[in-house]
Amino acid sequence: MTPPTNKTIITVVGEDTIGIIARVCTYLADNQVNIEDISQTIVQSYFTMMMIVDTSQSEKPFGEMVRELEELGDEIGVRILCQHEDIFTKMHRI
Amino acid sequence: MVTMFEVRETYQMIEQEQLDVRTITMGISLLDCVDADLDALNRNIYEKITQTARDLVAVGDEIELEYGIPIVNKRISVTPIALVGAAACAGPEDFISIAKTLDAAAKAAGVDFLGGYSALVSKGMTPADEHLIASIPEALASTERVCSSVNVGSTRTGINMDAVKRMGEIVKATAEATRDTGSVGCAKLVVFCNAPDDNPFMAGAFHGVTEADAVIHVGVSGPGVIKCALEEVRGENFEVLCETVKKTAFKVTRAGQLVAQEASRRLGVPFGIVDLSLAPTPAVGDSVAEILEEMGLESVGAPGTTAALALLNDQVKKGGVMASSFVGGLSGAFIPVSEDRGMIDAVRRGALTIEKQEAMTCVCSVGLDMIAVPGTTSAATIAGIIADEAAIGMINQKTTAVRLIPAIGRDVGDMLEFGGLLGRAPVQQVSTFGCEAFINRGGRIPAPIHSFRN
Repeated sequence: MTPPTNKTIITVVGEDTIGIIARVCTYLADNQVNIEDISQTIVQSYFTMMMIVDTSQSEKPFGEMVRELEELGDEIGVRILCQHEDIFTKMHRI
Repeated sequence: MVTMFEVRETYQMIEQEQLDVRTITMGISLLDCVDADLDALNRNIYEKITQTARDLVAVGDEIELEYGIPIVNKRISVTPIALVGAAACAGPEDFISIAKTLDAAAKAAGVDFLGGYSALVSKGMTPADEHLIASIPEALASTERVCSSVNVGSTRTGINMDAVKRMGEIVKATAEATRDTGSVGCAKLVVFCNAPDDNPFMAGAFHGVTEADAVIHVGVSGPGVIKCALEEVRGENFEVLCETVKKTAFKVTRAGQLVAQEASRRLGVPFGIVDLSLAPTPAVGDSVAEILEEMGLESVGAPGTTAALALLNDQVKKGGVMASSFVGGLSGAFIPVSEDRGMIDAVRRGALTIEKQEAMTCVCSVGLDMIAVPGTTSAATIAGIIADEAAIGMINQKTTAVRLIPAIGRDVGDMLEFGGLLGRAPVQQVSTFGCEAFINRGGRIPAPIHSFRN
């Protein structure tokens, strides 16, 4: 079995509004989470953003970060998910 | 690097198509708890279960949070209690004390169901087996979380018709004993042929004697995901249909495999198997019946249903075995009535009968599952239904099971409500022609000719 990595995927989905990326990035910077990659698309004003981040420098417990990002999403009016990278690589790659 | 497409697809599967891991089940051997003194035995059992499973629920919740995939149930299966209690139990009432201990241990561990109040009697019954079987109605009526199963036949041994007859009576008695709660005791009682040692799904889970001291099994789910994938290929030919099911089953199983390995690592308990079963829930869009209808059937039960189910079952396995090296348990499509909205609708519109369901069980995992029958159905008729299912399992070298719920005081067309994951079941018509003389013969049906392989 390959040892788990430290990469986390943050997904933001919802209605496009001003400042979504800014709010999420500010939160991550405040918590010493390093962003390694961002991609974003807007389809018919529906906003989808995916971030690959490294949480190894952060002192915040993972569960707390998941909850706080969810709350932040509720404030902005979007859905924010924070998941370990393995769920994506295992499901889609042989 | 993870791509946007993969993230979107996973997001959709979890958020909109109800992809989940149905259960993490910890199998625990109780063989080292055996003692001739009943009090000591009960103490040992409580201690072993609560110690071994103390982190099970917490670790399940942790994995759910980190990977963002719901893990619906955390459960425990134990060594068949007829074996564990044989030295200490002089009668059915002694076995009931063990059932209560199991219930308390399940509560302390925080799991909703614990399976293994079981006896394996495919060839014959020991006095302990007989006592345990006799205790089942009261054991299920006086506990909340304990699940029971009895294996009455196998391809290698034939069918123990004495046990089949007895289980007809026991199912009926269990319905009576729990009549105030919609005969819910029967929802926790499964009669098997060819029961697997490593099934993670309730109510039929037990920890077989061929297993290690403790082991982690995972049951995946995902009917909603398969149905949505099939919506994309509407009207395409069977090759495309099969390919789509297979690919989707692969992804669903990989999620289960990941969860199983993580749970095993964090709990320090070996990984056993991933069970590939498509397990429906009463929630909208989480139905196996709807997959069959998406393939082109007006309703489940229409001609073509058995073929559609056979195809689904086979493709799920083909996709799944590629995704996990250790596949086991029941692994196939489940077709319970009460737990599947599409099945309930099909019964209510008169499209699906118990006879058609019997045919369906020839080509998928398990059998006549969560089917409510009139409370007036005789014990012999229930035994006859069990014998038919066991015969299908024995001859076709597959697991079959019966989980019938005689609805006391209710008749055909009435609804039996359980709530939660157990759902609701319309009371179905069973044949009114008798089989007493057949069931009363006693003895065994010999093993089939193809069991002699040595």
